[in-house]
Amino acid sequence: MPDLRFGTTAPTAAEMAAVEAVVAEVGPATVTVSERLVLGGRSRAVARRNLLLPALHALQRAVGWISPGGLDHVCRVFEVPPAEAYGVATFYHLFSHSEPVADSTVHVCDDIACRCVGAMDLIDELRGAGQHVRPSPCLGQCERGPAVLVQRTGAEELSVAPASLQDVETAIGLSGSSSSSVTLSQAGSGNLRLLTRVGVVDPGSLDDYRSHGGYAALEAAIDMGPDGVIRELTASGLSGRGGAAFPTGVKWQAVADQVGRPKHVVCNADESEPGTFKDRTIMEGDPFAVVEALTIAGLTVGAEQGWVYVRGEYPVAAARLAGAIDAARGAGLLGEDVAGSGRPFHIELRKGAGAYICGEETALFNSIEGFRGEPRNKPPFPTTHGLFGEPTAINNVETLVNVLPIVLDGGGAYAALGTERSPGTRLFCVSGRVMQPGTYEHEFGITLGGVIEAAGGMVAGSQLRTVLLGGAAGSFVGPDLLDLPLTLEATREAGLSLGSGVVMVFGHDDDIVDTVRRIAEFFRDESCGQCVPCRVGTVRQEEVLVRLGRGGSFPDERDLLDDLGSVMRDASICGLGQTASGAVRSAIDLGLLGGVS
Amino acid sequence: MGDPRSLVELTIDGNVVKVPEGSTILDACRREDIDTPTLCWASNLTPVNVCRVCVVEVEGSRVLVPSCSRPVEPGMVVSTDSERVRTSRKMVYELLASSVEMDRADASVHAWMDHYGVRPDRMGDRDEIATVAQPPKVQDDLYVRDYERCILCYKCVEACGDDAQHTYAIATAGRGFAAHISTESDVALPDSACVYCGNCIGVCPTGALVFRTEFDMRAEGTWDEDSQEVTTTVCAFCGVGCNLELHVQDNVIVKVTSPVDHPTASGHLCIKGRFGWQHAQS
Repeated sequence: MPDLRFGTTAPTAAEMAAVEAVVAEVGPATVTVSERLVLGGRSRAVARRNLLLPALHALQRAVGWISPGGLDHVCRVFEVPPAEAYGVATFYHLFSHSEPVADSTVHVCDDIACRCVGAMDLIDELRGAGQHVRPSPCLGQCERGPAVLVQRTGAEELSVAPASLQDVETAIGLSGSSSSSVTLSQAGSGNLRLLTRVGVVDPGSLDDYRSHGGYAALEAAIDMGPDGVIRELTASGLSGRGGAAFPTGVKWQAVADQVGRPKHVVCNADESEPGTFKDRTIMEGDPFAVVEALTIAGLTVGAEQGWVYVRGEYPVAAARLAGAIDAARGAGLLGEDVAGSGRPFHIELRKGAGAYICGEETALFNSIEGFRGEPRNKPPFPTTHGLFGEPTAINNVETLVNVLPIVLDGGGAYAALGTERSPGTRLFCVSGRVMQPGTYEHEFGITLGGVIEAAGGMVAGSQLRTVLLGGAAGSFVGPDLLDLPLTLEATREAGLSLGSGVVMVFGHDDDIVDTVRRIAEFFRDESCGQCVPCRVGTVRQEEVLVRLGRGGSFPDERDLLDDLGSVMRDASICGLGQTASGAVRSAIDLGLLGGVS
Repeated sequence: MGDPRSLVELTIDGNVVKVPEGSTILDACRREDIDTPTLCWASNLTPVNVCRVCVVEVEGSRVLVPSCSRPVEPGMVVSTDSERVRTSRKMVYELLASSVEMDRADASVHAWMDHYGVRPDRMGDRDEIATVAQPPKVQDDLYVRDYERCILCYKCVEACGDDAQHTYAIATAGRGFAAHISTESDVALPDSACVYCGNCIGVCPTGALVFRTEFDMRAEGTWDEDSQEVTTTVCAFCGVGCNLELHVQDNVIVKVTSPVDHPTASGHLCIKGRFGWQHAQS
């Protein structure tokens, strides 16, 4: 690194202590290599730059903001150019850049699910009571909104859902952390494969996990060896549950085939798609399953280092995962000799800080590495050029957890479930106007109507108008598609996507025009800003919807909306821009924007 | 001398072409005299492929690909003028021109905007839509950062960082439409790590970064590019031998650039070459 010039503002003692604590925590995962290939072969990352994000978190928690003095101190410690660190710090919603006006910031979800259940009123009430409120994109608590995340100076973040004014005021005064319990309508049902332990085991107890079949899969995987695991995975037909449905066996094989360089496995737990909360259900209810599955992934592809990147808005999930990692390490299930296999494997937990885009795999890599969470151009793909430019297998939580029953019961048994082209089971995040919103596990092939039925059907007095399928990046569908089998092939044929498994149900009383506008606002707010089609296109799309909401003429705007959709879909760097017009488009096609179609 | 690299055969706009392995699609297009617009690409910088104006259609690819950074592959079938390509390129220009002042962009930018029939006004009334309008940052005697002309092409960040100067005084800050080029905590340039090499000015395609002389003369209405004479000379400050292009108006040096194809400087200079010409006037 060249000589860097730092600022002259001195850090406070609290800021220095916070950064010191991060340095002291450096585990075996200190990464020393790095060639940054994304922006074309740059080689500028220095050792420990990946601690930049944890250090920023530490500053934010210690003093309530990223002060110029604190930022400068971090830059000196980690040898990061101050302008770059400022660029990283200002990328995330959860970092503040002005002196705190209150000890707590109350982030209230005003996204599509929560705004249908009183989020806007809650914001008014909280403000009326003198709280410092920031409206937030989806907090991933859609089954129990309105949701709130309380960020407190000098204390743990708290998740409150459903939240009332009184709940929030009580939470702010709490000395500990939130004690969210996962409620699962299907808990204990015999047909579950991914959610068997959720709501059944004590998520803080390794012993309890083991007594419910935990770590049997790791043992089996060690016996089978990497080739055996990949054989079963391939036979199972498991495909990625993050939205792209890439065959997991193929991905793992590709990384396993890479030799001569350090490799990584990454668990993408940055679940931020509006309407999505299934991964949170698993992480909060069965965190050891995530650790065990990631360990199997590491041993299978030959990676010694695993990473879990969990969204910053999930304090309970992060705490439980951290506890599970520590317990597994203590029991010899992580470390230099994993479960007597003679093979090393370590896991680092990293927390996001409020950026939907960091769920995009290459943006996630950049975020871990201490750079702005801007997606990289692909190819090259993560299997050859992933985290730190090294071969990486990255899977989301749901995909990984599927590996456990596949290893235990065999790929054949797994493939017997679901349909031929969509084997296995799938998690659905059911929310909106249904009797029992929540995470549900169903075999592929259940119909859309079946999913709604299993969640108790529509709430009394509500009549189904439309379902948002797949999330904000998905599509609105009408009641005519209730018989649609939810499989990869059937949805694809219908021009739809299961996305992250979102089934958000809207009734005739819900304001769909406002919902569609909020989706457009979401993409505008969450665009990283790197490429022109998405940076400006998402803004223009939202402006059109605002104009339409004010009574603008749809025919006048139609060509523009079409062209905005085209350029975002065709020319954006990543999936965010490419899908940012999908839900809007589908709403228009269904005539949901009122008299404008 | 022949090129030692092996050749890759691909099809561009229906013609079979052979280009050296490792070439980008843009390289291949240029070899074939297929004019391709670029904004964030420059021969002396690493491609960041963020502007998306050079996109082309590649058979088998779900979305368009940036020609500036995608290496050619054997058997690739590329279309540079399909309906999808034209729509996306036109839209990129319209999106930019509706949010940024493009009046001082390079002449080639305007030629392409004319070519694609760009109509930024259809995005809405300029007063009612989001733009990056803001006052210029005039913080010293050497140059001005006029960010309402910034298209966020990242070129200045690259020139300040790994691709030339290794000073890292500026970076992208903020996110989405609010993303912008900034020093740390937005401190004034003289308080930042800036060493005033001016290489950011050298690569800026839209006039967002300009010499103070140019900025002041434009304000006075005396800036007249047509009357300027450009003289190439060798910088006398050290032994590296960078070439200087002195832009002279009314017998006064008003700007200094550096030829991109120079073997040592590659278009970049230091503060002395870029700004140390006052002695020539005395």
